[in-house]
Amino acid sequence: MNFYAVRAIYKFEMARTWRTLMQSIASPVLSTSLYFIVFGSAIGSRMVAIDGVEYGAFIIPGLVMFTLLTQSISNASFGIYFPRFAGTIYEVLSAPISFVEILMGYVGAAATKSLIVGLLILVTARFFVDYHIQHPIWMLSFLILTSITFSLFGFIIGIWADGFEKLQLIPLMVVTPLAFLGGSFYSINMLPPIWQTITLFNPVVYLISGFRWSFYGVADVNVAVSLGMTALFLVLCLAGVWWIFKTGYRLKT
Amino acid sequence: MQPVISVRNLSKVYEGGFQALKNINLDIHRGEIFALLGPNGAGKTTLISIICGIVNPSEGQVLADGHDVVTEYRAARSIIGLVPQELSTDSFESVWSTVSFSRGLFGKPRNDAYIEKVLKDLSLWDKRNNRIMELSGGMKRRVLIAKALSHEPRILFLDEPTAGVDVELRRDMWNMVRELREQGVTIILTTHYIEEAEEMADRIGVINKGEIVVVDEKKSLMQKLGKKQLTLYLQQPLKAIPAALENYPLSLSEDGSALTFTFDVQSEETGIAQVLRELNKNGIDFRDLHSSESSLEEIFVNLVRGSREATA
Repeated sequence: MNFYAVRAIYKFEMARTWRTLMQSIASPVLSTSLYFIVFGSAIGSRMVAIDGVEYGAFIIPGLVMFTLLTQSISNASFGIYFPRFAGTIYEVLSAPISFVEILMGYVGAAATKSLIVGLLILVTARFFVDYHIQHPIWMLSFLILTSITFSLFGFIIGIWADGFEKLQLIPLMVVTPLAFLGGSFYSINMLPPIWQTITLFNPVVYLISGFRWSFYGVADVNVAVSLGMTALFLVLCLAGVWWIFKTGYRLKT
Repeated sequence: MQPVISVRNLSKVYEGGFQALKNINLDIHRGEIFALLGPNGAGKTTLISIICGIVNPSEGQVLADGHDVVTEYRAARSIIGLVPQELSTDSFESVWSTVSFSRGLFGKPRNDAYIEKVLKDLSLWDKRNNRIMELSGGMKRRVLIAKALSHEPRILFLDEPTAGVDVELRRDMWNMVRELREQGVTIILTTHYIEEAEEMADRIGVINKGEIVVVDEKKSLMQKLGKKQLTLYLQQPLKAIPAALENYPLSLSEDGSALTFTFDVQSEETGIAQVLRELNKNGIDFRDLHSSESSLEEIFVNLVRGSREATA
């Protein structure tokens, strides 16, 4: 194990976060907090409780998960795309480092950043909305698992993208709609039966549902299914990354 | 002695069918400065990139200090440093942090004293806290060299190291390369500046269209393939070369005022004495003479032209 290399990549990526603190941390925390102010404090008091949970509190897991997904993808995709764009990737490719170690460095840093943002959002939400966490260990487990899984997904996007536009394409055109329609702001039980069935094809539903269960003990789908779906996506992403390194896709000619 | 780099039957065909390397066989000796010359697109960078692990080979094998660069990549890559042709740098990082990053990436523990030495040797110490984007092109090139040296490699690849740098910096780099060689580092450089290879290299390899055309000691190459010329500036211009001298490799200048005799450096009998005797016999006097030797550049151009004609 080239521990020094993993640490070098991790530190390098984290240094970029501290250098761009406003963009990396403050901006997502602030923009998510606006949802709490509008939907939690302002409108939330006039909304009916869902599954016995006040509306302001109900949307917290969904919003945290939404930010976690977008931040994980964005951090990891940019982290690997920028060296490709700048040409500095030659150094990583010529170093005595395995693909697992490269992943540990880049994905580890991206997941750490997302985790920091997620936890800060939870702390910030406390100022506007009253909420509680029934299963804190499960809540943390979901946070970590989702950060790692979607950072892996972001890593794949960062390898696949051949321009900054493509880098934004999946997060904006796919992940954001899926997160909004995946039960961030409502329970899927509120939908007509046909839409409930269609919504179950949205993988984000399982993430939000499981995460919400760790807060309030209520879920749209069984928590074991949520966990299983998240683990399945993790395995799929790992397989994708393994294939990339095996073939050298977009990394080596 | 086991070569420090051994390339065997190496071929590379890119997607789309372009064959960049054709069955390359090459040994690099330990501790030498080896210059790889070739025109644009000859395959120099592809060869270096395969050895360093950036490009996958299609066929063949490369050993670095006995380690296969594919199956034993950790051992092989840890002793290799690469200065790429492009000025690819982390623009927003400081000089110190980017060089320290490279050392860690190659599996070496932190060593501030060594990084300080490398930066001082490359006149980068005063710039250590500057962001790379604030540096000139020449300084960025130095940063790339510092990064390549940060993990104390035993083999250093310099891909066009002095492209676009000023004369002073080029001289500094040459001195640095010589010092590294004295420390036992094997240096492989590609260059467009033939003068650079002529000045520094112990051995020279010429590659063209993905094939090694020749590999030899620099001195031997210049002896074998170089030509010498003796130019005689005549007292009285000639209209044509006299019949008695027609069998000698002589050429007459356009105005008839100079005769040039071309001979092989290698041959024991140059023929100069006979030519001078014949000139004397024919009553041709000269007022001055000048001798010159082929430069490496001329040899290189002839080799590349020769290989083009052979493949045409």
